[in-house]
Amino acid sequence: MTATLGVLAANASNVDTGVFAVCAVVMVAGALGVVFSRHPVHSALSLVATLLGVAVLFVAQEAHFLAAVQVIVYAGAIVVLFLFVIMLVGVDREEDIDDEPLRGQRVVGAALGLAVLFLVIALFQLGSSWVTGEESVRGAAQVTAAPGVEPVENVEQLGRSLFTDFLLPFEITGVLLVIAVVGAVVLARRLTKEELAELRAAELVEVNQDLQEKVES
Amino acid sequence: MTLGGEWYLGLAAVIFTIGAIGLLYRRNVLVMFMCVELMLNAVNLSFVTMARMLNDVGGQAVVFFVLVVAAAEVVVGLGIIVAIYRRRVGATADDLHMLKG
Repeated sequence: MTATLGVLAANASNVDTGVFAVCAVVMVAGALGVVFSRHPVHSALSLVATLLGVAVLFVAQEAHFLAAVQVIVYAGAIVVLFLFVIMLVGVDREEDIDDEPLRGQRVVGAALGLAVLFLVIALFQLGSSWVTGEESVRGAAQVTAAPGVEPVENVEQLGRSLFTDFLLPFEITGVLLVIAVVGAVVLARRLTKEELAELRAAELVEVNQDLQEKVES
Repeated sequence: MTLGGEWYLGLAAVIFTIGAIGLLYRRNVLVMFMCVELMLNAVNLSFVTMARMLNDVGGQAVVFFVLVVAAAEVVVGLGIIVAIYRRRVGATADDLHMLKG
């Protein structure tokens, strides 16, 4: 076991490549699953695969805090929320994928997808530098350990950055979350009888208008 | 860490494209929402990759904010979807024309 680990450590680049390859396959398969599953629950579970793949790639790129947050917030909260809503509104509804209300939309989508794929391949072929710009404008993400000095953890770096450079945006996200909570409560409340009657009336008027338009045309 | 960042960026581009195509392809609002999440995650991945390539912590801080905004967006979006489902039977994107301004 230790021998295997030693070999693995010696071939760090191979490990990186292997991790990336496995994650890439899982992520692409998950993404395709989200798009092409007939059942929303299957889509949500495929989404989890992609999100976990992203989390692993975060770890591979030494963004440890973000990897933990990714698992907790996305896989733990957002997907569970999705599943809750799917269960709440009924899981037995399957959509008719073959029906295409906007003509040509899917052709355009496929063409755009192929164009982007071609672009990515072309970029790989060109082999130019993918990222330009100055390094470490907001402070280093990784501090390489100098001999005799404690290395600074990525979590610490990110925390420092959030509470100094990004303090105002950080506080604004707090306001944003409060707004989201209030909005969710307002949306989830039960309508009073008068409001319901009003809505029904408005819907009737709308249906009548639609009918009239159809008759006239 | 030796694997070049271009692989990560390429993967992020592919995932983003799949999400965008899904947004065009599907009519179920819930699945369309999931496709938006896919796109957000692809962008997050490219942010972290660039943070590593430029050794800049700013990229990771931005990902943190994207996560917060995504969470808030999902809460409100799903609230709207639940409110709509309560009122009518189906909820494909084409039934939502009453959302027009």
